[in-house]
Amino acid sequence: MNKLTKALEDCQTNQEKAFIPYIMAGDGGLDRLKSQLLFLEKSGATAVELGIPFSDPVADGPVIQQAGIRSLKNGTTLKDVLKKVMEIKNDVNIPIILMGYSNSIMAYGLKEFTEDCLQAGISGCIIPDLPIEEEAIFSSIKTAGILLIRLVTLTSSQERITEITAGAEGFIYAVTVKGITGTRDVFGGELGGYLKKVKDLSPVPVLAGFGISTPDHVRDAIQSCDGVIVGSKIIECFETGKENQISELIQASKGLVRK
Amino acid sequence: MSTYTQPDKTGHFGAYGGRFVPETLMAAITELEEVYDQSKKDPEFQEQLSYYLKQYIGRETPLYFAENLTKLAGGADIYLKREDLNHTGAHKINNTIGQALLTQKMGKKKVIAETGAGQHGVATATVCALLKLECIIFMGEEDIRRQKLNVFRMELLGAKVISVSQGSGTLKDAVNEALRYWVANVDDTHYIMGSVLGPHPFPVIVRDFQSVIGKETKRQYTEAVHSLPDAVVACIGGGSNAMGMFYPFIEDETVKLYGVEAAGHGLDTHLHASSLTKGKPGVLHGAFMYVLQNEDGQIQEAHSISAGLDYPGVGPEHSYLKDTNRVEYTSVTDDEALEALVMLSREEGIIPALESSHAISYGLKLAKEMGKGTGLVICLSGRGDKDVETVQSLIGGSEHE
Repeated sequence: MNKLTKALEDCQTNQEKAFIPYIMAGDGGLDRLKSQLLFLEKSGATAVELGIPFSDPVADGPVIQQAGIRSLKNGTTLKDVLKKVMEIKNDVNIPIILMGYSNSIMAYGLKEFTEDCLQAGISGCIIPDLPIEEEAIFSSIKTAGILLIRLVTLTSSQERITEITAGAEGFIYAVTVKGITGTRDVFGGELGGYLKKVKDLSPVPVLAGFGISTPDHVRDAIQSCDGVIVGSKIIECFETGKENQISELIQASKGLVRK
Repeated sequence: MSTYTQPDKTGHFGAYGGRFVPETLMAAITELEEVYDQSKKDPEFQEQLSYYLKQYIGRETPLYFAENLTKLAGGADIYLKREDLNHTGAHKINNTIGQALLTQKMGKKKVIAETGAGQHGVATATVCALLKLECIIFMGEEDIRRQKLNVFRMELLGAKVISVSQGSGTLKDAVNEALRYWVANVDDTHYIMGSVLGPHPFPVIVRDFQSVIGKETKRQYTEAVHSLPDAVVACIGGGSNAMGMFYPFIEDETVKLYGVEAAGHGLDTHLHASSLTKGKPGVLHGAFMYVLQNEDGQIQEAHSISAGLDYPGVGPEHSYLKDTNRVEYTSVTDDEALEALVMLSREEGIIPALESSHAISYGLKLAKEMGKGTGLVICLSGRGDKDVETVQSLIGGSEHE
């Protein structure tokens, strides 16, 4: 069974909420990757979303943009990232989801990318500039058993959410803001209702992401869905050496038992 | 004559184009597609558009027989399509007026746009002033420094200019930031894309609004010469003036079409903007198209003496027309373009934009190769007033007391 599917099923069995942190591959050097993954695994994260740096990340806010620029300055390439993950795969158990833009995968070559992902034990991919209309060109990723995670947003119509969730794999990434990634102080009042609507329609778990940056955000969001994804805040914490705050965020997701 | 029906219903020109955008934008581009399709069949909308094209922009623009240039070349008769005579000095406004009217039709009150040299920004700010739309222009900080006068021009027209320092602070980064702003403000904001780029339906909308260039040219040429031209030449950055010029001729297979990219310092250097010649297919700013990129898929900086051609990608329809060999794509260096600018100024008393000078340079070469009695149209996409300072700094003016 796919490692990510298994981890999400375990959450359900144990009546736990999922917590998926995002880190930028190569930010601080690829040698740091193993210790970051082990730290997140030990802290109780369900899976890790591993960002691939791209020169033109249109879905990302300043924090992830900067992390990507730092990583690119270190000379990080997608080839290096997959090679590193292959190297450490026996030491790390936590499922890894790659988050990268369409062009990074196309430039790699779809066939080679799929093969190398399988070798490296990658569980899934999130491609933020790939709506379902264009998914077909990446279908070989799915055929190989790597989960292609779909996103829904606050602007997706009921009809569209139905269509997106119908073919969903792994989990549904429910974007919680009209906007790009990055920390936010408050969310619109429509959030709870939106998450519940997506949850009602989705055959797979629904995880909320974009803008979630405090333990309170985490606690609020998980009342209406199956877990959260935190990106910019995790990057800030690693960048400034405040790993204890990462643990607090993860703990916040464990506080509430499914009703 | 074969029927040309690109793109398909999902916005693909063969393999190119499509909608590679964050899910948040899908609702907005779907709405845009619907409103655009309605407007095509709406006589009131079309009448409004024609009114502004004529009364405000000053169309139709002349198709001018360049007699001196023709003599100089000694081959084909050379005609210039005078897009430089439009209000604001270039073809850009053909598109911005159309999209601003679409904005009104969608009930949106705010417009955003990206700009490199400032030409599209000025054309957008102009129509926003006219139609009372709030206007925000995203511009790279490096470009703001290079184009101070156009920044002031936009501000004079009531637009807010936002400096983009992300990435390399140039046009592609301005597009990124405009797209990010659009994702966050999609409910009340329309993004006026400035070229035949971006997710479907933008490449179609911009092509259609710009195709007034080719339609007029075809009619004017036929009236003057009683045949179709043998060749048509246009410069290409993103490719909007070229697409507007070529589109009405695509099914006329006897008409050879030439697109001229910027070769900058030369194609064997890294300083050029020849996406079709030196790039490879990839995704940038919402579309699959030829893009300048490295092996890892990172987008590379383009370079050209003309800021309007300084973009590392080229519209999906051009990408398709390259692969199907309907259009021949070539390139001209900075030096050749500069030489053409001076030459046209002296020969015809017309100072062309540096962008258009690329087309002039290649057009002159081509006319020499074509025999007498043949006809060639060059799209003179914009006037050169904006470039006078750049040109002066490069070739120097003589000293006067």
